[in-house]
Amino acid sequence: MGMLSLAIWTPIAFGIVLLALGRDEQAQSVRWLSLVGAIVSFLVTLPLYAGFKLDTAEMQFVEKASWIERFNVNYHLGVDGISLWLIILTAFINVVVIIAGWEVITRKVNQYMAAFLILSGLMIGVFSALDGLLFYVFFEATLIPMYLIIGIWGGPNKIYAAFKFFLYTLLGSLLTLIALIFLYIQSGGSFDIATWHELPLSATAQNFLFFAFFAAFAVKVPMWPVHTWLPDVHVEAPTGGSAVLAAIMLKLGAYGFLRFSMPIAPDAAQEWGSFMIVLSLVAVIYVGLVAMMQQDMKKLVAYSSVAHMGFVTLGFFIFNPLGVSGGLVQMIAHGFVSAGMFLSIGVLYDRVHSREIASYGGVVNTMPKFAAFALLFAMANCGLPGTAGFVGEWMVILGAVKFDFVVGLLAASALIFGAAYTLWMFKRVYLGPVTNDDVKELTDINAREFTVMALLAIAVLYMGLYPKPFTDVMEVSVANLLEHVAVSKLP
Amino acid sequence: MIDSTSLMTVYPEIVLLVMACVIALVDLLVTSPKRTVTYVLSLVSLGGVALLHAFYADSGHTLYGFGRLVVSDPMGHWLKCFATIAVMVTLVYARPYAADRDMLRGGEIFSLSVFALLGMSVMISGQNFLVLYLGLELLTLSSYALVALRRDNAQATEAAMKYFVLGAMASGFLLYGMSMLYGATGSLDLATVFKVIASGQVKHQVLVFGLVFVVSGLAFKLGVVPFHMWVPDVYQGAPTAATLMIAGAPKLAAFAITIRLLVEGLLPMAIDWQQMLALLAIASLLVGNLAAIAQTNLKRMLAYSTIAQMGFVLIGLMSGVVSGNAAMGANAYSSAMFYVIAYVLTTLATFGIILLLARQGFESEEITDLAGLNNRSPLYAGVMAICMFSLAGIPPMVGFYAKLSVLQALVASGQTADIALAVFAVTMSLIGAFYYLRVVKVMYFDEAVTATTVTADTDVRIVLSLNGLLVLVLGIVPGALMSLCARSVTQMLAN
Repeated sequence: MGMLSLAIWTPIAFGIVLLALGRDEQAQSVRWLSLVGAIVSFLVTLPLYAGFKLDTAEMQFVEKASWIERFNVNYHLGVDGISLWLIILTAFINVVVIIAGWEVITRKVNQYMAAFLILSGLMIGVFSALDGLLFYVFFEATLIPMYLIIGIWGGPNKIYAAFKFFLYTLLGSLLTLIALIFLYIQSGGSFDIATWHELPLSATAQNFLFFAFFAAFAVKVPMWPVHTWLPDVHVEAPTGGSAVLAAIMLKLGAYGFLRFSMPIAPDAAQEWGSFMIVLSLVAVIYVGLVAMMQQDMKKLVAYSSVAHMGFVTLGFFIFNPLGVSGGLVQMIAHGFVSAGMFLSIGVLYDRVHSREIASYGGVVNTMPKFAAFALLFAMANCGLPGTAGFVGEWMVILGAVKFDFVVGLLAASALIFGAAYTLWMFKRVYLGPVTNDDVKELTDINAREFTVMALLAIAVLYMGLYPKPFTDVMEVSVANLLEHVAVSKLP
Repeated sequence: MIDSTSLMTVYPEIVLLVMACVIALVDLLVTSPKRTVTYVLSLVSLGGVALLHAFYADSGHTLYGFGRLVVSDPMGHWLKCFATIAVMVTLVYARPYAADRDMLRGGEIFSLSVFALLGMSVMISGQNFLVLYLGLELLTLSSYALVALRRDNAQATEAAMKYFVLGAMASGFLLYGMSMLYGATGSLDLATVFKVIASGQVKHQVLVFGLVFVVSGLAFKLGVVPFHMWVPDVYQGAPTAATLMIAGAPKLAAFAITIRLLVEGLLPMAIDWQQMLALLAIASLLVGNLAAIAQTNLKRMLAYSTIAQMGFVLIGLMSGVVSGNAAMGANAYSSAMFYVIAYVLTTLATFGIILLLARQGFESEEITDLAGLNNRSPLYAGVMAICMFSLAGIPPMVGFYAKLSVLQALVASGQTADIALAVFAVTMSLIGAFYYLRVVKVMYFDEAVTATTVTADTDVRIVLSLNGLLVLVLGIVPGALMSLCARSVTQMLAN
């Protein structure tokens, strides 16, 4: 079994064991078993980084076996500089989320833990699939555990949120399914993504494909104006669900743009580049302003996620190495930071059971250790140099200025909004005198919560201070992708 | 005319007929209220027949018997094998339910099911208008009786009447159409009919006239719009055990008779029936999916969902001929075959759950009756959830690959109208996802109204778990079943 198969199937196998054997009476052993599962699953992704060759854009750790002979579908896996860190990030966040759900979840613990483990395996599958149908199967299958996570352990309006999440994203991906079938037939019976990259396509076909992919990936990212599902879903999802959703699931969409839209329909991507840039800028600026007006912490962070993902898509569609690498770095940084933000809200929510900013104030007085972590994540969220949030945004802005000064200027202005909504929220929740009885009775984070926060804080700082391991991995693959996109595929 | 080859071709059917009589006779001596002896005898005979079919299918020969009245080919044997297994599974699920409802006073449910299966087998292997019709009648007459088995229940009796009246009308349509075609071509033999039509010497108008009636009759049996009226009423009204007997295995036979008539007999008229099937498919997808949303009764919802699913099967059947060229045939018909098999497999488990949750005096057929099933029994909730996701076409369940292969056959034709139809079909399946998801929601997100634990006999528990697992496993490794369908359809077309 190859390294990638191991990374995909280890968490899924643990998930199945938990589903089969777990009982609510033995919740404690279920928790430990899932933690072991998550850690083992994380450890098996590390050799991918250790054995990764930096000087080639070829797919590495390739595995290929016939899966569905009749449609020439292969179980074909591989990583390149674009997907490597996303896989490791997925496995890492999974560990964090399992610890974060430890005693918070008391009902159906085995199903909760199994859902996250299986989800993490499926998402690693999405990032490593080199076969179009295999990609789609993993991509769609992620909906099932997430639907259950939101619906079973979510907030008061969880059913609405679960349905909105499932149907909204399904609508997009069904159109993509037709695009995949179309490509299968155009390429004379192949689901191989690399074959599709080389396939000449007419302008009409490319436009059709670009928008069919756009339907799935833009909803998933989510880009303005199809972002409306995200705030609703985040608000109702349990803390762990929100963290995984923001940290990883949104990246599935952005990754799709890089793997499908841009290389398969490069001419359409160039043609519609400015359209994508405008949508991204609207997300960055307008949604940033919307975030400022939120009364609900989770909603605020959800809108902030949309704005940050706007940076990612902006970086992709300015078609220069700084922009694309910046977008990728931003994806990973946002993975750490948004997970940190959502888990911080979770810590407060578990104690006070309110997400309203107005219910807090002066938390720093009763929870100093926690407030320090929260400050770090807040700073990273507004892109303070030295934190993970800075690197990606700075690269994207640099790329944008190179591309067009006005675009760069508009993108940069978003940093101000980002700082405004994040710091204003921080001020209202953490600083000032304690005016609320609930806040007076708060106890600081325990060792388990400290571990969660510390793991993420280390990642945020490490990436901010020494981003080289991240950018080095991407460099060759990004250059190769852009080279490919620059060549017309019109027949 | 009775030579050994002919007997070979119908050997499994002979066994089935003998065993049906033996079961009916043995049952006279059985006194146990759960009819265990009859039950075991039925399962053993059916198991043997299924093995025979698998053996025949695997040998890969195509043989004609009784002067081309019947055929023995891999496609037919695989379909018969799956139908036999489906009837076995149905009997396993149905027995406790029937015992609780006074339907096991006699062992008719077993002998009638075996007779129904015999009818299906004849339908699947017929090569002659009359043989196909005889098979169909044997199946439907047994089904009417099965629906009416709960004699003292007003609802079931009403459903049986409806089923009988509308079913008889459909049979009439079919027979009328066949008589037209016979009049025009002078033959009841499918291959001869094919040749005569292909020669172009027969008046097209008469043929189309006959064809319209044949397609209407088939549409009745498949239960597609606008011939679907009986489906929701019968599904809901019939005792669930009988519903499963109608909803499961017979769909395989309905698919087979459609293939035999339209492809083996009337392929030269594909341009005509293609348009009819397209309209039926569009109407079924639309009406089935939209009406299913409004249902609160689970059986009725599944009935409308069946209508929509059959729309997909028709899409597969109609994509085989592209502007008069039948080169895509194998691809399209095998997708439809895979779709039907996947559908039957999923339906068995779905109704299995409904039968399992029904208790003495409680039918468990409202969607809300499933509330909180996850708390009462995670295993059965899981099985049901897998089935719902499969019917909605979400990977990695087998239902996804069924939809994929049908859509692939449709898009492969390369016509703009077909791609538009594909977009329409996926939009409809999005709507479909809503009501399937609602069932999952009720099981997982809602609180249970009753805390009673779910109990099941060992045989039901094992078969149901395997059934649910198979829906998932065939979704993870669908290759073998797909190739099997492709191979057998290719061979059917080659002969």
